[in-house]
Amino acid sequence: MTDIPNTFNLDGERIHFEPGETILQAALKAGHFIPHLCANPEFTPHGSCKLCLVVVNNRSGSACVMKALPGLEVQSDTPDLNHRRRTLLQMLFVEGNHFCPGCEKSGNCKLQALAYDLEMFNDHFTHFFQPREVDASHPDFFLDRNRCINCELCVRASREVDGKNVFGIAGRSLEAHIVVNSPTGLLGDSTFAKTDRAAEVCPVGALLPKEVGFRKPIGARLYDSAPISQTPTAVKEEV
Amino acid sequence: MTEAIVEPEVLEPIIARYNGDPGNLLQILIEAQNALDWLSPGTQGFIAKSLDIPVTHVAAVVQFYTHLYDTPRGKYRVLFSHNITDRMAGSPTLMAHMLKRLKLKRGVVSDDGLVSVGKTSCTGMCDQGPALLVNNRAITRLTLRRIDEICDLIRARAPLANWPAHYFRVEDNIERADMLLGSAYAPGEALRAAIACGPTGMMAEMKRSNLRGRGGAGFTTAVKWEACRDAPGDERYIVCNADEGEPGTFKDRVLLQSFAERVFEGMAIAGYCTGARKGLIYLRGEYTYLRAPLEAKLSDFRRNRLLGMGICGVPGFDFDIAIHLGAGAYVCGEETALIESLEGKPGRPRIRPPFPVTCGYKNQPTVVNNVETLCKVTEVAIHGGLAYAGTGTRQSAGTKIISVSGDVERPGLYEYPFGVRVSQVLEDAGAYDAIAVQISGAAGQCLTPQEFGRRIAFEDVPTSGSFMVFGNNRDLFEAALNYAHFFEHESCGFCTPCRVGTALIARILEKIHSGHGARYEFNELNRLHQLISTSSHCGLGTTATNALHDIMTKFPTVFDRRLIRRDFEPGFDLDAALARAREVAGRDDANAHLDAHLGEGVDA
Ligand SMILES: Cc1cc2nc3c(=O)[nH]c(=O)nc-3n(C[C@H](O)[C@H](O)[C@H](O)COP(=O)(O)O)c2cc1C
Ligand code: SF4
Ligand code: SF4
Ligand code: FES
Ligand code: FES
Repeated sequence: MTDIPNTFNLDGERIHFEPGETILQAALKAGHFIPHLCANPEFTPHGSCKLCLVVVNNRSGSACVMKALPGLEVQSDTPDLNHRRRTLLQMLFVEGNHFCPGCEKSGNCKLQALAYDLEMFNDHFTHFFQPREVDASHPDFFLDRNRCINCELCVRASREVDGKNVFGIAGRSLEAHIVVNSPTGLLGDSTFAKTDRAAEVCPVGALLPKEVGFRKPIGARLYDSAPISQTPTAVKEEV
Repeated sequence: MTEAIVEPEVLEPIIARYNGDPGNLLQILIEAQNALDWLSPGTQGFIAKSLDIPVTHVAAVVQFYTHLYDTPRGKYRVLFSHNITDRMAGSPTLMAHMLKRLKLKRGVVSDDGLVSVGKTSCTGMCDQGPALLVNNRAITRLTLRRIDEICDLIRARAPLANWPAHYFRVEDNIERADMLLGSAYAPGEALRAAIACGPTGMMAEMKRSNLRGRGGAGFTTAVKWEACRDAPGDERYIVCNADEGEPGTFKDRVLLQSFAERVFEGMAIAGYCTGARKGLIYLRGEYTYLRAPLEAKLSDFRRNRLLGMGICGVPGFDFDIAIHLGAGAYVCGEETALIESLEGKPGRPRIRPPFPVTCGYKNQPTVVNNVETLCKVTEVAIHGGLAYAGTGTRQSAGTKIISVSGDVERPGLYEYPFGVRVSQVLEDAGAYDAIAVQISGAAGQCLTPQEFGRRIAFEDVPTSGSFMVFGNNRDLFEAALNYAHFFEHESCGFCTPCRVGTALIARILEKIHSGHGARYEFNELNRLHQLISTSSHCGLGTTATNALHDIMTKFPTVFDRRLIRRDFEPGFDLDAALARAREVAGRDDANAHLDAHLGEGVDA
């Protein structure tokens, strides 16, 4: 325990927090990056991707759901944790169908950016090659389930900010997938609009705007000049 | 989605009976399916509209529970229990026989829409298997002859109610009784004893008893109750966890069948001590047949003023119990998933903290206790905490019921004081050639004969109460593969390590099973075990690879025998992939096949 109230130790650095904040929130605010995919401090924590794994007082936990407490000893940037994160990323890559070279999200994608940053050089595991439905029924947006990582950010944004409940997750185990709230199950028949907050939150290329293909060229995108862990917006944008 | 006829006259009364409350969505869907055989898009849409909830919520529930169907599965829906003990008792042969007789493929409905045959996770009939469920009714002790009879009944379209009643008989098979299974029961005795102590006095007895939960984690019951009592809330709840999904476990089924009154009294006493006025029993769908007798016993209790308002004439002591059904999801045994399910949602474990004792059912303070734990409460009330603490070991007071199945002469329930040696249980059950015992279901540990001297107690070998015994002609690899398929199927799909990891484990074990696994795969399994067991969101993931890891480390020959001696072999079978080309070319001679060197190195 430290004498200074409302601070904890993250990889040997002292981090200040406001009571009620999660470890991830406090760390990002202090400019200290912890990898994360399903977290966005704007919405209720989810704790599903497990990329934000940390070791707190010798026990593993998710930084996006664990409340910061005075005196915690938190490890994040360790070889063991980064190795575990790399394996989790590989799991996500072989679970879905990701064709980065042809993906409009490439360069702006958090999954891809974390994979680069954590030096994930290959997919390692055998691909599942699961058939996943693509929904192009909406005039302004695609829903490509091939690239969905079940982070439920769109679900939360639509429910909590847009007040629409457009999205949901159905099915368990590997069959868990995004479903759309409309009579036909199609996005085009739902109340989804391109101005929704849900339209902006997808960390990957599963919810993509139509007709803006590669407006910003590859090479000039969000994570192209510096790794995600050193991209100021990635560290600060969400706090 | 396809058009489907909706039957408002069927659905409306069901929805009305549940007050149109979305919190009862799961119960409504279960009843709707009982009436309509499946939940069509039309049915789902109608229910969503009536309850004023997004249709995605309905779809999420339907697709989460394996016994709810969004495609037609026939008038007769047959599911064979796929637990390793059922398999050892011959269930694969029986299922193949039924499929052949009905000219069916597994999981595919017959052309006339009459019947489908599939597999399901352990149905809790391991001591009287092989077993199956037909429209959620258990049939035990299957034989080839019984399968033939069932096929005839299905073809004749005989209503289940007209099937021979003895098919559905479920035995208790109590082989060794002690404090709980062996003592006489007088209705209300425990409740009156608790009332005589007063709520605080009874809580003190609970503390003295050192009673610990029988559901697996072994948490001290009095501590849980106190936390619930002291937490702020408008209403408090006592939940009885009767999900009993852990493969090989069936003690709670017997307790609910023949000792249910003690469960009710235990719940009422918990209510008395914590101030809860409502009790909920979460009964797994596989035990649906217990519902009617339980309801009847609850009515008796109310009539005798052992439940309801002013219990035993004590003003202000109000407590009543309702039953909720599950619909095929092992994860719903996890207490926060169970609470989600009670609220009518998919059973996905919550983030903890907060724990149920402060924020549980409807976000109110909630105690979740196992069926057996609640029975033990009546012993504490009647005999007092000190007397209770007098049996068992220092850290594990009282007796424990163990469900024994597999390669033993006398499968059934065995109750012992804590501290009993594994070898004693095996001897009593008639396990003469055991090479391994899987303790505590698929999530537990696998013991070698060198460990049979160890004791059943929280301080040595903890158990939620099951022994699956493997005789010397058994291949533990089959068990490992069975558990892997179980966890892959039962993962709630929420977190990455468990959702993807359990599927990867299953694929790797299948590769080894097919003779293409090398040391590389063995190492991969180890690596995945490390990750899944430390990084998963809930207890399902963190325990999913325990047994596998035990088998890999303590029974080295199980894997050594199967691994090829090369470092690595691709899982992709090039020769098999060329089958289509051979077909097109119309040839199947030796030259149309790749060199058979792929099989080299595989031990026979
Ligand atoms: C995947 C999983 C399945 C579980 N299944 C059951 C079960 O079927 N019955 C049960 O009583 N506890 C089960 N538990 C344990 C419960 O979460 C909880 O600890 C228990 O019901 C508490 O009751 P007790 O204190 O009386 O043991 C399960 C836990 C996990 C992680
Ligand atoms: S979503 Fe991301 S990881 Fe997936 S294909 Fe697109 S860029 Fe690659
Ligand atoms: S569509 Fe995007 S935001 Fe929604 S769950 Fe999938 S990956 Fe997450
Ligand atoms: S960011 Fe914490 S689990 Fe996804
Ligand atoms: S999916 Fe349940 S523990 Fe991860």
